[in-house]
Amino acid sequence: MNPVHKKIPVLIHNGKPVCESLIIVQYIDEVWHDKNPLLPSDPYQRAQARFWADFVDKKVYDCGRRIWATKGEEKEAAKKEFIGIMKKLEGELGNKPYFGGEDFGYVDVALIPFYCWFHAYENFGNFKTETECPKLVEWAKRCMQRESVSKSLADPHKVYEFIVSLKKKLGNE
Amino acid sequence: MEEVKLFGHPASPFSCRVEIALKLKGVHYDFIAEDPSNKSPQLLQYNPVHKKIPVLLHNGKPIAESLVILEYIDEVWKTNPILPQNPHEKAKARFWANYVEEKCLPALFKTFWSVGEQYDKDKAEAGEVLKFLEDELQGKKFFGGDSIGLVDIVANFMAFWFRTIQEALGLDVLTKDNFPKLWEWAENYVNCSDINQFLPPKDKLIAIFPPPYMGQHLVAFFQSRLAAAAAAK
Repeated sequence: MNPVHKKIPVLIHNGKPVCESLIIVQYIDEVWHDKNPLLPSDPYQRAQARFWADFVDKKVYDCGRRIWATKGEEKEAAKKEFIGIMKKLEGELGNKPYFGGEDFGYVDVALIPFYCWFHAYENFGNFKTETECPKLVEWAKRCMQRESVSKSLADPHKVYEFIVSLKKKLGNE
Repeated sequence: MEEVKLFGHPASPFSCRVEIALKLKGVHYDFIAEDPSNKSPQLLQYNPVHKKIPVLLHNGKPIAESLVILEYIDEVWKTNPILPQNPHEKAKARFWANYVEEKCLPALFKTFWSVGEQYDKDKAEAGEVLKFLEDELQGKKFFGGDSIGLVDIVANFMAFWFRTIQEALGLDVLTKDNFPKLWEWAENYVNCSDINQFLPPKDKLIAIFPPPYMGQHLVAFFQSRLAAAAAAK
């Protein structure tokens, strides 16, 4: 179903595959457009949402990974970069309840899954996101009150254990 | 009266993408050429996150990142759509555009900087990446079908920038023999009047590549490779 990247996630709808998570999210938003639209209807607002989801996609995973996968100076640099990325996102959130404004939207969907990885990043990087970006963590906790989010995210402690075992496997302790 | 401005660079494939889309849609715009070594205060104001071109300014509102800009243009100006209407086809177009941007561009770019065994390795890797695109083009003139679509626009650097520099360096990563469909696609592409008016002259492109912000060591390396290739001819 995904011969090109050989990766998850892959959505299969009536036998047809859709690959790449943000492409899948947009597909879902277009096909099931009647309920809880994720992207705004205004083209400019949509472009802003796409820009920030792209920012999350390009920056968060890679930088987070470098926090747990590296040591010494490299780890410190990754941690600083991560905090910088979170601060930029916090700035974009501003005083809105969600990145989507009053409603949970596309950028919220793009970013919130990383929240269950924060505990691991914080342990390996020796920092607290809540201290650096309190409003962002407030936003995350608000999202976690939504059943669609809390039922989809993994347990942060399990994520941490997973990374510990992954590091062992990679010979990277 | 609409005001459309594009902050770009005449030799950048990224800003060229936006120009192609605006031309396809018949949108009039002012082009503001930016100097990457001396970015204007407006560019930094309109794209504070990445500080890069292209930035489209539509009635005073800025949009950054070429793929985001292309989707915006397609939604605002409905003539000559560059994305299919059907959600599954649209998802496929976005998939391939993303593939070209995230996989092809880095893989092809790498081949400019390696020699000997490393070049052979990088060329083989680039070949693996290109193979999927060669397959995707079977039975089609363009990735968008009979006319140019999102994937074609995003792949502009492959059709022109990559092949121009490849030729100057005497490389053989993407050739008529090893990727006949892609080669044919590229030839059709650069001969499109909606596109070739935005392509910089070949000698100008080579003269300014690589941009200085990539580092003087790369500039020097490139110059030496150019000279070696010219001597070998």
